Amino acid sequence: MYNFEFVKPSNVADALAALASEEAQALGGGQTLIPTMKQRLASPEKLVSLLGISEMQGVDVSGNIVTIGGATTHANVAAADAFSGLTGLASGIGDPAVRNRGTIGGSLANNDPAACYPAAALATGATIVTNSREILADDYFQGMFTTALKEVEIITAVRIPVPLASNYQKFEQPASRFALVGVFVAKYVDGVRVAITGASENGVFRWSEAEAALSVNFSYDAISSLSVDASDMISDLHGTKEYRANLVRVLTGRAVLSAS
Amino acid sequence: MQNISIKINGKSVSGSVEGRTLLVEFLRNDLNLTGTHVGCDTSQCGACTIHVNGVAVKSCTMFAAEADGFSVDTIEGQENADGSLNKIQQAFQDHHGLQCGFCTPGMVMSAADLLKNNSTPTEAEIRTHLDGNICRCTGYHNIVKAIMAASGQDVSAIAAE
Amino acid sequence: MPKDSGIGTSPKRREDVRFLTGNGKYTDDINLTGQSHAVFARSDVAHGKINNIDISVAENMPGVLAIFTGEDFADVGGNPAGWLINSRDGEPMKEPKRPVLAHGKVRHVGDAYAAVVAETASQAQDAVDAIIADITEFPAVVDMETALAGGGFVHDEIGTNQCFDWGWIEDNRAATDAAIKSAPHVTTLSLVNNRVVPNAIETRASIADYDRGTGDYILYTTSQNPHLTRLLISAFVLGIPENKLRVVSPDVGGGFGSKIYHYGEEALVLAAAKKLCRPVKWTASRSESFLTDAHGRDHVTKIELACEKDGTFIAFRTDTMANVGAYLSNFSTVTPTFLHGTLMAGNYTVPNVYVNVKAVFTNTAPVDAYRGAGRPEATYSLERVIDKCARELSLDPIELRRKNFIKPDQFPYASAAGLEYDTGNYDALFDKLEEIVDFGGFNARRAASEKNGKLRGLGINSYIEACGIAPSNLVGILGARVGLYDAATVRVNATGNISVMVGAHSHGQGHATAFPQVVSDMLGVDENSIEIVHGDTSKIPFGMGSYGSRSLAVCGSAVVRATEKIINKARKIAAHMLEASEGDIDFKDGKFSVTGTDKSLAFGEVAFKAYVPHDYPHDELEPGLEETAFYDPANFTYPSGAYACEVEVDPDTGQVTVESFTAVDDFGNVINPMIVTGQVHGGIGQGIGQALLENCTYDESGQLLSASYMDYAMPRASDLPFYNVDHSCAMPCTHNPLGVKGCGEAGAIGSPPTIVNAVVDALHSGGHTHVTHIDMPVSPVRVWSAINN
Repeated sequence: MYNFEFVKPSNVADALAALASEEAQALGGGQTLIPTMKQRLASPEKLVSLLGISEMQGVDVSGNIVTIGGATTHANVAAADAFSGLTGLASGIGDPAVRNRGTIGGSLANNDPAACYPAAALATGATIVTNSREILADDYFQGMFTTALKEVEIITAVRIPVPLASNYQKFEQPASRFALVGVFVAKYVDGVRVAITGASENGVFRWSEAEAALSVNFSYDAISSLSVDASDMISDLHGTKEYRANLVRVLTGRAVLSAS
Repeated sequence: MQNISIKINGKSVSGSVEGRTLLVEFLRNDLNLTGTHVGCDTSQCGACTIHVNGVAVKSCTMFAAEADGFSVDTIEGQENADGSLNKIQQAFQDHHGLQCGFCTPGMVMSAADLLKNNSTPTEAEIRTHLDGNICRCTGYHNIVKAIMAASGQDVSAIAAE
Repeated sequence: MPKDSGIGTSPKRREDVRFLTGNGKYTDDINLTGQSHAVFARSDVAHGKINNIDISVAENMPGVLAIFTGEDFADVGGNPAGWLINSRDGEPMKEPKRPVLAHGKVRHVGDAYAAVVAETASQAQDAVDAIIADITEFPAVVDMETALAGGGFVHDEIGTNQCFDWGWIEDNRAATDAAIKSAPHVTTLSLVNNRVVPNAIETRASIADYDRGTGDYILYTTSQNPHLTRLLISAFVLGIPENKLRVVSPDVGGGFGSKIYHYGEEALVLAAAKKLCRPVKWTASRSESFLTDAHGRDHVTKIELACEKDGTFIAFRTDTMANVGAYLSNFSTVTPTFLHGTLMAGNYTVPNVYVNVKAVFTNTAPVDAYRGAGRPEATYSLERVIDKCARELSLDPIELRRKNFIKPDQFPYASAAGLEYDTGNYDALFDKLEEIVDFGGFNARRAASEKNGKLRGLGINSYIEACGIAPSNLVGILGARVGLYDAATVRVNATGNISVMVGAHSHGQGHATAFPQVVSDMLGVDENSIEIVHGDTSKIPFGMGSYGSRSLAVCGSAVVRATEKIINKARKIAAHMLEASEGDIDFKDGKFSVTGTDKSLAFGEVAFKAYVPHDYPHDELEPGLEETAFYDPANFTYPSGAYACEVEVDPDTGQVTVESFTAVDDFGNVINPMIVTGQVHGGIGQGIGQALLENCTYDESGQLLSASYMDYAMPRASDLPFYNVDHSCAMPCTHNPLGVKGCGEAGAIGSPPTIVNAVVDALHSGGHTHVTHIDMPVSPVRVWSAINN
């Protein structure tokens, strides 16, 4: 690993100041960034840890809105038990030790195409709150490892409207335990949203046909005959395009059954 | 280089580390606490599992500087005050929950993390909790059995000596 | 009354305490004063010509002490293959040189072409990054069929990618061909025995130290067999006299075969330590392990089973391509041949067997013995085709096997594949299996699964293996370049405690606990007063280490022989002390007594006399009480077993879960049932891993796609069930003193076909009768794709 300067500011302003220098990078829980740095695939000159910023910690449930600090660990999101889909998702990321370090902000900023949180954020229509603005999830995710975040912009919080019903189904890639396919289904008064992670070459996406069908009839039968286009799916050692397309349908059905 | 102070197994230690110094490197190389092992570079095998501020963490995926001011517990501090094996360690020996011993410190630390929050975990809960700890020797049978036994459950019905 | 110590009991492992408290001492835990660090520059292309390696920038970087390239080792020897295999036409195998560092060409991704030694590992890595390697990339040879068809050669100087074309037994070929041609029924199956990465959780590591004053070297290294490593370095590679090289393998964090072999990194750190007169340390990253540890299996096989309509076996014929990778690792040529072809008759009275194996060089990491080594490949081919045959003939798979089993009264039995099985009772194993497993309740369990939308399958399997490797006279005839005896020294100290120096090496097998049980029983002394010493060539007699389920059967036999010598000498001393004739001395329960009298001496008193010989017949007896024995087995040992498992298949996702697993093994006598059971557990875990999860895959350009735990699926606790293990059907080995057979590899041999048989059974129950086989790993995508054609 290349060397770097490590700083751990205690507030957002100091973090932004530290990040303003050339080749500085934010560090959440480091569960993806540190392995990447070990391979010398990333070489920041300065790492700015966000875990010392108390205003970015914690889960708050007020009315129908869950607000999660950007530096909140997966374990703490799971423990807060805000709503079942979110709790299930957070308690199934990686493994217990990873969940004790990894953060929601880090996951969303990285936008790994097989990560779990992007599915939750997109399916719930979450708002990504940064130091300078609020970004709707529909605008935030822009393809694998690509987001609307600018240089020197930190996810300080994520605001999630609590769904009437929700569930996350993850079919694990057997080695990494990331999502080979993950499906988050969230039912709201005004309709159902379905977000798929792990499957597409374009990163997390909403499955609009399923949303339309489930908004009319929130049942397994409503989507059992639907299918996604396999041509955009990822093909790798662990699954063909067709297999992933199949999992999207199967897991969506299971998510609906579990949420119902 | 920056100076850090960490409470390790109840004792305060100070050191000087580079930004890139991993917590596990600080433990092994600077403090000669070689019971914490490194088995991979992708944060998956769990041989390096320790406790930081009371929760399980992979010490290969945390910088030493991040632990400044924190409390760290490693396998070297797990024995009872009289030097005897603690109940988890003893259960691992009683039930042959280790063979080559390399993953063992991480297994013991993960098991302790589980039992802290779940005093009588089911077989399934134990297996799931060990998702981040890989053992190549035991096939996990006796590890799971040992953790059940350490939590006071009767394991006599589980097959084998 | 049941024994409470010694043979047959399960004392807790004494080595556990240090492992459980963080006090193990593994190679990377060792730090020597003044040590420097080596990092290797490794090829990122699978095949290429090295035009130039420019180290001019790297050598001037901070902390850099020395840089080595292949040129520096051009004049030293290659790392050899341990067995010479002859092709069917009598031609010896092709044996290209395996250099310390790649020279002229790089031949697989990860092939090291340079090494930097620096003050710190980071500095060494920085300098490695600054080395400019001018390498012209050639098309990679990856697929074995393509490799054999010609085109690019991994080793240009041999003009072929075929290492050998081996026939076993060549004289039986015509008869086997004829038998198959005229057989009433022939079942044919093409299958792949998937390539796996051993993945001991401790990566390889080595530290070399050189004493300028004496010229002595010490190599601390992660080895399953320190003497073999020393022999290879001394006699073949660096030429360091054996008596100037001490090889120490301290606590070793698992081996599974991958740490049998000598690797170039060991030679590099030794050469560097001498050049720098400083200790040089290297520890592999997991990524390096994936790229450079010897991989396992990787066979492509077509097997034919010919039988009568009633299922009576007439002939087995196999045609196999075995990948040996880019270079011949030390056991790579024996693994697909004599450890594989000789087992191809299985547990059966089949009269005709013919095995053809073509070993193929490819631009991939070397492939060598991995837990089971050849025998899992044989068992998998046989037991899969037998299962397919049973289905084709609508026969019960257990009945078909029983019909063809060698019966107890037929032993010793000369198998059609050239081995003489000394003992066994395969029907008894299946009787026990049928007693333990609730086969009668299977249909109800299947119905319950179906209610949940799942398919349930039952897989059964039988295996035999050849362990206790190996009789030197036999392996010598078959091409081995070493003997495969082992050795032990029993040293009774003056105060009565005992050190036992053994050639076997424990890296998880519990020798420190089990070997004393044997000595304790023989000498009648407390087993806790007996210490095992292993893993240091300066302390132990020349033994061949641990692999091939040989530690107890071979080294344990040497321990018995050395202990017998101790008793014989102690009896002489006791006779002198008791003023009786040697013939009148009885030795029992740790006491020497004169027959028919109440005169007796404790073992400790005799030991003390041996070292304080104030009153001693020096003309008849030497002082001291220390004996060494070398033991060369008369035959292999033949563990066997009957396995069953139940799986559930989710037809929507293809996910397979193992619902139950039962292993009934005959290991002969068992010294420590707890340890034996643990060995079986571990083998089953690895076998299920191979069957369901593990998949070492290179792409067409020779890049390793499964190069980390992100893509190589290791079995986790949540992937595996509790196992039901029984080894009560013991038919003791007839030719070693303990009657033991070996247990380390059984689980890895017996479990893969059990799992695949069960998955196929599940799919058939769901009406997917077109699926006759799925290659391992039987991953969700493969199962789903098979179901959906």
